[in-house]
Parts: sequence; structure tokens; C-alpha cells
Amino acid sequence: MAVVETRDLTKVFKQGELGAVNNVNLVTREGEFLVFLGPSGSGKTTLLRMIAGLEQPTSGEILIGGQLVNHLSPRERRIAMVFQSYALYPHLTVYKNIAFPLKAQKVPSNLHKEKVEWAASLLGIGSLLHRKPRELSGGERQRVALARAIVREPAVFLLDEPLSNLDAKLRLAAREELERFHRRVGTTTIYVTHDQVEAMAMGDRIVVLNKGVVRQFGTPKEVYDDPADTFVATFLGSPPMNLLENEDLIVGFRPEHFRLAETVTDSAKVLFNFHVENVEYLGAEFILAGTLTGGIAEGKMVIARLLLGHSFEVGVTYQFAVAERHLKYFDCTTEKKVEARAVAW
Amino acid sequence: MVNADRRKDAFPKPKPAKIKSAGAAQSPMLGAAMFAPAALYILLLIGTPFVLALYYAFSDARIGSSGLHFVGLENFRSILQSPSFRTAVKNSVIFTVVAQSIVICCSMMLSTALESRFRGRGIIRFLVLLPWVAPMALGAIGWKWILDSIYSVITWFLVWLHIFKPYGAPMWLGEPKLAMAAVVLVHCWRLIPFSTVIMLAGQTAIPKEIPEAAAIDGAGFWRTFFQIKIPMMRSIISVAVLFGTIFTFTDMTVVYILTAGGPYDSTQTLPSLAFATGIQGSDLAAGAAISVFLVPVLVVVAYLMLRVAHRTEGA
Repeated sequence: MAVVETRDLTKVFKQGELGAVNNVNLVTREGEFLVFLGPSGSGKTTLLRMIAGLEQPTSGEILIGGQLVNHLSPRERRIAMVFQSYALYPHLTVYKNIAFPLKAQKVPSNLHKEKVEWAASLLGIGSLLHRKPRELSGGERQRVALARAIVREPAVFLLDEPLSNLDAKLRLAAREELERFHRRVGTTTIYVTHDQVEAMAMGDRIVVLNKGVVRQFGTPKEVYDDPADTFVATFLGSPPMNLLENEDLIVGFRPEHFRLAETVTDSAKVLFNFHVENVEYLGAEFILAGTLTGGIAEGKMVIARLLLGHSFEVGVTYQFAVAERHLKYFDCTTEKKVEARAVAW
Repeated sequence: MVNADRRKDAFPKPKPAKIKSAGAAQSPMLGAAMFAPAALYILLLIGTPFVLALYYAFSDARIGSSGLHFVGLENFRSILQSPSFRTAVKNSVIFTVVAQSIVICCSMMLSTALESRFRGRGIIRFLVLLPWVAPMALGAIGWKWILDSIYSVITWFLVWLHIFKPYGAPMWLGEPKLAMAAVVLVHCWRLIPFSTVIMLAGQTAIPKEIPEAAAIDGAGFWRTFFQIKIPMMRSIISVAVLFGTIFTFTDMTVVYILTAGGPYDSTQTLPSLAFATGIQGSDLAAGAAISVFLVPVLVVVAYLMLRVAHRTEGA
């Protein structure tokens, strides 16, 4: 196990253009499951590839286990990586795929069988060892890729969107399996994804990236409940946070905190007239979309997420409210979080 | 039931309108018509000479003689006894094996070099491909000058470097071993670009993540090259080898222009011997019999090519 640290890490692909990764500073914890979350083009994969040694940083430092690794090749960094496409060697059997890192790192050949079987049994692929990758399903391939990564007991695991090639149902099962796997081996893991649900569910902490810049670094609860800026506020959560401009502020609240006024028990609350324009029934909850009427926020589109228990009709205006403690405040120009303050509605 | 039938007759169903294009696509006539030019081409330009060669090989055909008699295996018996023929068979095999080995190694190296990004890659790729685009005869004549006994640039350069004395330099095309080496060299010069292009296609077809995964797994350049890249390129390498074998084994331009098979048959190959005997020596029957000896080799190569193609399709 080891700690990964980056110091002012920057990658510029074309000189004169904005960097794909800009001055990223972060430190993982021992055995942590860290998630890089961001939309495509946010620099999360570039950041991971720099840590892996597949991409040379333009400037900055990378440390693994306290050792500067900038000048080290991928194989000298004691890392293992699972690619989005799994990158299994198509001409080798599962056994030989898993044994390849052992051979490459000159592990004595009498240990290969034992280690391969250990890795295969850890991932439940013991019966597939003589198959070729093309004879495996997506989920099985992912497990082989993981087995190949674990077999030489790396200090750090790097996973680049390993679930994105699986169908939705399998993805959920594979996610749980990955979590269990991480708990069992306890190796420091960096996981790249654009899926906020995956990030929230799996990450001990999340690094939210956009345009090569770290927007927020914190636990899933911190980034969800207390977003650092409007990007994080809208990127996490589905439906995203409602944002309303009010004087020199942007005020935000989560759709699940926007409820019928009578159900909001807090005394400090902001009341809104909510004209419902669309109702989506999702089985366990409603998603209501509509506009606010009256006051500063007149005509603004907002979304509410409500549990069942009340029926809503399109075209009717209801009295809704948000408890003041659930309001988030951002600066209008920087879009960064600011302290709560009293505003008139 | 009867009523129902009657009712049906009373209102006959309109016949489905014929859609011309769809109907035509299914017609066997159109298929045959589309296939005919290819079949005709093969029949006239490949089939006829082949059958004619077989026919001549069992006859006493000579240029200038109108009579033609069946002589059985006589031509084969006589060429098998001829030392020139045995030399030609040996030379053909050496020529093909040596040239192909060099071509495959060099084109593999070149394609690996040309796959990585660097400034001017486009121009280098173009230059590498140039020998393949230039007409063969032109290239061979150029090489004949480069290796000429009097005007050779190579000799001039070696003399200038004081490696050889003037008039003491080797005769590139005049000494048996050097002449064979020269023929092999020119053939390599000609085939390396073609082979490189095929290999380059094979290299670019390997997903980028595979060598990256190998690098992370701890494999160095050579292990990745021999244990990952080459096995993944097996089909495409086979294609390059098989095409190259056919081009080399059947080629006579290089030998004919550079050495005309000399000195003392030391660079004579089967195609050049067939040409020298059949056309230049007027013994059509013997020439045909020599060229017929190429057939088994080419049949084996063609069979292997089809197998590779089939396997690639299956994968």
C-alpha cells in the first residue's frame, strides 16, 4: 500500500493552449478509494495516466509512497491499471494474461501457478483460465483485467472507467463486487469515472474536476451537501441543484429540499409559489418541473423531487418551501461558495 | 368454405408490383454478368497462358518451327539432368528465403519506427514507399549503374575512403557471391516498402491500450514486441510473407536486368532460366517445362494465403 501525491501537476498538450490538467495538488490516504469525477474532457484520465507513467507531466511532481516517480517508467512505479477497454491480450489465455505481469517482472516461474490461481479465485474466474478473452462476457473480461492487476500485489490500483463498457444491470453488480474487492485487498485505489452515482457510491473521497482544475476534493457527503461552486452543485445530483440569481448572489437548493410548504417543519424557511408544468412518476418518487411565480424569482424554472404521498396536477400552483439551512450561496461572478446571508425574496 | 373461396375469386388480389431494382438484384443473370469480367480476365490472361505452358511442356515446341509433337515427360527428364536447372532451383530458394527474411525484419523495424509520432513522419513515409511506386525496370537499371563494374558509385566511394585501391575494387555483378548479394539487395529495396505498408497497417490495428497495459505490467520494449505485438500481428505478417514469397519467387526483372543470370548461372533463378531457355534460346518446350516447376510452390503459397484469410475472417 502507498500514498499517491501530486504537486502542482500540469499537462499542456499544445503550447499556448489551456492545459488538460492544471496545477493539481492532492494526497490520497493509505488504502483509500479515491474517485476522480468529471465530465469528458475534464482531465481526469490525463491525470490518471500521468500517475501511471503513460503520460509525461509538463510540470509538477508525482510521488508514490513518498518517492518521486516523475522519471520512473510505468513498471517501476509499482502500480497496476485497469483500462476502460480492459486491454486484455487477445492471443493469450486467461491464465497467460494473468501470468504476464509475473513473467514480465521476472517472478520465479514456480510461483506463477500459485499466484495466478490465488488472483483467479479472489475474483471467481478459476474456471475460465483456459479460455481466450474473446470467449468471455464483458463482466468476465473485467474480472480478468482485475485479476491481472492484483496478481503482482501492486502498491496502487488505477482504474479508468472500468464499468462503462458494461450494461446497466451488470454495472451495478460489478460496482458492488469492486467495492467488496477493495475492502478485501485494501490497496490504495484511484478510480476515474464520469458517473456521479458511481463516484458517490464507491468513493471514500471524490476529486471533482472540470477543465483540468480541481473544483472540490472531499467526501461524497461534503461534495454533495456543501458544493464548493456552482459547477460541483450542478454536476452532482440528479436532477441537479436548482440555482436562482438573487442580487449579487446565486442561491441554490437541492430538488429534494424543495417541498410542499406544509411539510417543511423548520421555522426559518423561504416560501415559493410553484406552478407545476410537468410531472414524472418514477415509482418511488415524483419529479416535478415548473416555474416560480411572484417575487424576485418570477418565471425561473425549478425542479422538485418528492416522495409519494401527495398527488400533483399539471397547471396548478402549489405553495412550496425550502428550509433556510438547505440554501447554498454562491458568488455571482466567481460562482464560488460564499457564507450564508439574509436575502429578500 | 366453398363460399369463402368464391368470394376470394370474386375479388382477385392485385399482383404485387414488381420493384425493378430489387428483382434485378436477385436475378442470377445480373450476378453472372457482374462476375464475368473478372472470370474472363482470369481465363484469358492467366488461364490460357497456363494451359499453353502445360501443353508446350509436354511437346517439342520451338520458336520458328510450326510442327508440334507430344513428347511425354521428355522435357522434364532433360531439364532435371541439366546443371543449370539445378542451380536455378537452388538459387530461387536461396534468393526467396534470404530476401524475404531481410524484407520482413527490415519492414518490421521500419513500421515500428514509422508508427511513433515525430516531425516529418509524412515525408519519411512517402520516401519509404517510393521504391514500390517507381517502375521496377527503371529501379533495376538505376541499380545496374550503381553496381556497374566501371562507373559504380559504391566502388568510387570505397576507393575514395581508401578501403580499396583503384582497379582493385570488387566487381559487384561479376563475382558469383557478390552478384547474388546484389540481386537480393535490389529485391529487398523493392519489396521493403510494400511489406512496410502492410506491417504498418497491422501495427496501427493494435489498440493503443494493449502496449500501454504491457508497459504497466512491467514488459519492456522487446517483451512487448515479441510476446504481444508480433503474435497479435501474426495474420498480417503471414500476408506480407506470402505476397513477398510470390513476388520474389516469380520475379525475373531484377535478375534479367542486373546480371541476366550470370556470372556462370550463379544468379539464375527459375523464371530467368525459363525466359533464357524458352524465349532467348528458342526452346519453348523446355522453357515451359521449367516454368511449370514453379507451380507446386505457388499452389502451396496460395493455399496458405487462403487459410490465413479464412482464419482472419473467423477471428
